[in-house]
Amino acid sequence: MKLWDIAHSRTGDKGNISNVSLIAYDIKDYELLKEKVTTEVVKEWFKEIVKGEVVRYELPQLGAMNFVMYDALGGGVTRSLALDKHGKSLSSYLLDINI
Amino acid sequence: MLTIYALSKLRKDIIMKKIRVGSGAGYAGDRLEPALELMEKGNLDYISFECLAERTIAIAQQQKLMDPKKGYNGLLEHRMDKVLPLAYKNKIKVITNMGAANPQSAVDVICKMAEEKGLKGLKVAGVYGDDFFNQLDKYQDTTVWETGKPLSELDGEVVSANVYMGIGGIVEALENGADIIVTGRVSDPALFLAPLVYEFGWDINNYDLMGKGTLVGHLLECGGQSAGGYYAEPGKKDVERLWELGFPLVEVSENGDFIITKVEGSGGVVNKDTCTEQMIYEIHNPKEYLTPDCIADFSNVIFKEIAKDVVEVKGAAGKEKPQTLKASLGYKDCFIGEGEISYGGPGCLERAKLAAEIVEKRLELTNVKYDEIKIDFIGINSIYKNHGRVYNTPEEIRLRVAARTKTKHDAVQIGNEVETLYTNGPAGGGGATKSVSEIVSVASILINRNDVEAKVIYKEVL
Repeated sequence: MKLWDIAHSRTGDKGNISNVSLIAYDIKDYELLKEKVTTEVVKEWFKEIVKGEVVRYELPQLGAMNFVMYDALGGGVTRSLALDKHGKSLSSYLLDINI
Repeated sequence: MLTIYALSKLRKDIIMKKIRVGSGAGYAGDRLEPALELMEKGNLDYISFECLAERTIAIAQQQKLMDPKKGYNGLLEHRMDKVLPLAYKNKIKVITNMGAANPQSAVDVICKMAEEKGLKGLKVAGVYGDDFFNQLDKYQDTTVWETGKPLSELDGEVVSANVYMGIGGIVEALENGADIIVTGRVSDPALFLAPLVYEFGWDINNYDLMGKGTLVGHLLECGGQSAGGYYAEPGKKDVERLWELGFPLVEVSENGDFIITKVEGSGGVVNKDTCTEQMIYEIHNPKEYLTPDCIADFSNVIFKEIAKDVVEVKGAAGKEKPQTLKASLGYKDCFIGEGEISYGGPGCLERAKLAAEIVEKRLELTNVKYDEIKIDFIGINSIYKNHGRVYNTPEEIRLRVAARTKTKHDAVQIGNEVETLYTNGPAGGGGATKSVSEIVSVASILINRNDVEAKVIYKEVL
């Protein structure tokens, strides 16, 4: 099963930092997400893109987590050479993880 | 004399005072129709337009240097042409950061337009004081977030310095009766928090209330993003009529609880999922969202769907505001040159790879200097870079070459070497495009909040 089957996501950017939410459609799946989608899993998944640390924040009452990924946007939105300078599409990439 | 019934009703009205605030724009180039729809049908007290991205003010500053009357948002006239008459007719106050680098000029422009439209008595205020360019000397030892080095070592000429101010100037303008308020750099939530503080007389040292009002701002500052914009996933998260997306509005109670909704009949959707996505958007630690007016705590926020497209929001809190303010410096950083060309049919990926090799060799042979180069095969790896994957042979592929250079000349050569693939490269290349951008980057520092003071100018339409 992909995360896409049970969760949704949105990416935000601040400078060279990307934050990606992961939100369970059904709050009953939150514990599963919490168990499977650790910072280590996310760091490994994004290793070609994210050069810095990954920090996870939890919002259990919303069935949601927030992954903050440092050194993730090719030097920052203004000077990145990437086609998607804001990393807006990283949310969909997170949802491609198999659990 | 008031009857007891009338007295109790009056008292109830006072106790139950609610303020309705709409979101007019989520970025500088946003759609205008949803704002007009809100002003016509949303029964609003206020509408705020967030139109000032991080480095936009640096570019605006350069425009102001060339023409002292410019430097405000380029769509100011376009928006105000429709917004001013509606604001006047429906008694809606308008707050926006479209002043950018020149709120003073923006006030003049708005007043002239309002005069031509006969909107007598309209009071326009400009909030400025965010520009601290002339104080930069004392911050040369301050660490730049992006580089981790002192400001003095920044590689590139600084062209602008603006601090994110809080609600102070906007609240002052409201206290003095302003109807239209146009600011320079203020925090995005301040555009929405300020009217709540003014209307409810909130104590600005009551940080829980500041946190609740900051959540209002955070959910509204990105326009349609709380109302079904940037949300749809066909078959899983279907959204009605995104071409007629309604922008969100809130109805806030004095205790800071609020409902978020949109105009009935507009496209889009407001539910707990749209709200959750937007609450987490661009925040890091949900317990500590730093703003000039408080450190907001969103960690216990609850969304409850109480009707179709109506969500009740409770649980935001806050802590004391930071002693420092975030400032953005714009500096002339580099140039980026880009070129693209498409290949299709059997063997297209191999031809695109050959094309990329040719471009790299040409840049070397012609002595083009660059700090970094990126080669993308659009359709395969341009937004993600998971090299471990196996891809099926694509039907078509678009080569993109982008490089960061110190000189404009070298940046121009990047696109040129892609374009010359037409007659010098592999078979069947088509649709070549090229571009060069001068990059003004942003360096962030923290400054002492006492170093800047909001100033307000007023002008009344005669």
